[in-house]
Amino acid sequence: MKKFFVSVAILVVFFVYSIGIRHQRPRIAKPSNLSRQTTSSFSANPSSLTYSSSQKTNSSNESNTTNPTTTGYKNGTYTGSVADAYYGQVQVQAVINNNKITNLKFLSYPNSHPASVYINQQAIPYLKQETIQSQNANVQIISGATFTSEAFIQSLTNALSKAHA
Amino acid sequence: MRKTKIIMGMPITIHIEDCDDTHIFNDVFNYLKDIDQVFSTYKKNSLISKINNGLQQEYWPRQVRQIFSLAKKTKKETNGFFNINHNGNIDPSGIVKGYAIYQASKLIKNAGYKNYFVDGSGDIQAMGGAKQNKYQYWLIGIRNPFEINSIVKNFKLRNKGIATSGSYIRGDHIYNPKTNNVIKEIVSLTVIGPNVYEADRFATAAFAMGRGGINFIENKKSLEGYMIDENKISTLTTGLGKYEVN
Repeated sequence: MKKFFVSVAILVVFFVYSIGIRHQRPRIAKPSNLSRQTTSSFSANPSSLTYSSSQKTNSSNESNTTNPTTTGYKNGTYTGSVADAYYGQVQVQAVINNNKITNLKFLSYPNSHPASVYINQQAIPYLKQETIQSQNANVQIISGATFTSEAFIQSLTNALSKAHA
Repeated sequence: MRKTKIIMGMPITIHIEDCDDTHIFNDVFNYLKDIDQVFSTYKKNSLISKINNGLQQEYWPRQVRQIFSLAKKTKKETNGFFNINHNGNIDPSGIVKGYAIYQASKLIKNAGYKNYFVDGSGDIQAMGGAKQNKYQYWLIGIRNPFEINSIVKNFKLRNKGIATSGSYIRGDHIYNPKTNNVIKEIVSLTVIGPNVYEADRFATAAFAMGRGGINFIENKKSLEGYMIDENKISTLTTGLGKYEVN
């Protein structure tokens, strides 16, 4: 009889343990250096209305789905243009009622890989962001956008006019 | 020794440490002039202009076919964001520049030099290092797109290529080829890669992707990127730290 109770107790422990395991969802760690939201945002109609696809990290950010604004929006259902988010095509549809977005639907969403849907909700890469600051200019080479000959000549002319003064 | 010439409508600088021989400089500049003669869309008698005026495919030289095939490959690799066909005309300058600088760099290498750079208006192949850095690396600054005379980031590079695409010098000039919209939300995108050809073509394509471009670079193993948006916020790929100078 004692053996029976012990084996039942072990079974119960295993059962409870297995339930616990099953209900854990995979978690994706967030890097600690995250300071701002990242990733692409895209516009839906009406054009001044934007929706950000990124994960929010600042609690002070306004909610995505309600957009209280003083600008008047006409009631109706608006479909945004298809935007390429590199991971796939994104297209949203917004329903406006009484100057608010009352519903927001993803008409198309990057989910080409079966396993990527859940990951997509969290794991569009968090990239480090910082405000640009002037650095020590004591460098050997400078990389920047292309000077056309026109811009180059313009700049040179400007430099020469300064040299005149 | 350092020399600068204006070829392909831009200043091209060659700097070779411990070199007094002007021949190699002349050879490289002549090579670049030849490239310009073939690919310039500004020259009426260039091959590209002739092709755009209907020159039959059987008269296209190997060099042109090669550039077209590289452009085609790049278009595929960038989901169509890199495109040399504009309004019915072919303009391969988006790929020719990086290609030419990289080939010029190979000429210098084959002449036996190890510490040098070729800078085509900000798109750079940096080999070896500067004498003042004990030949270990070149110190390269990224121009502030909001203030042309200042620098916002410094990188140490050795045997790498770096290229920056931006909208600030010529005004808005990169379009999303899929929508024909001008890219406005980002102003500068720098890519560091194994060579300037790789860096340049992917910088151009990623810039056309707008904000998503930096994620495209993040997903390319051999590339790192540094993007500056219209709000003066920069975004760095996760592996960029190994080049950064703080």
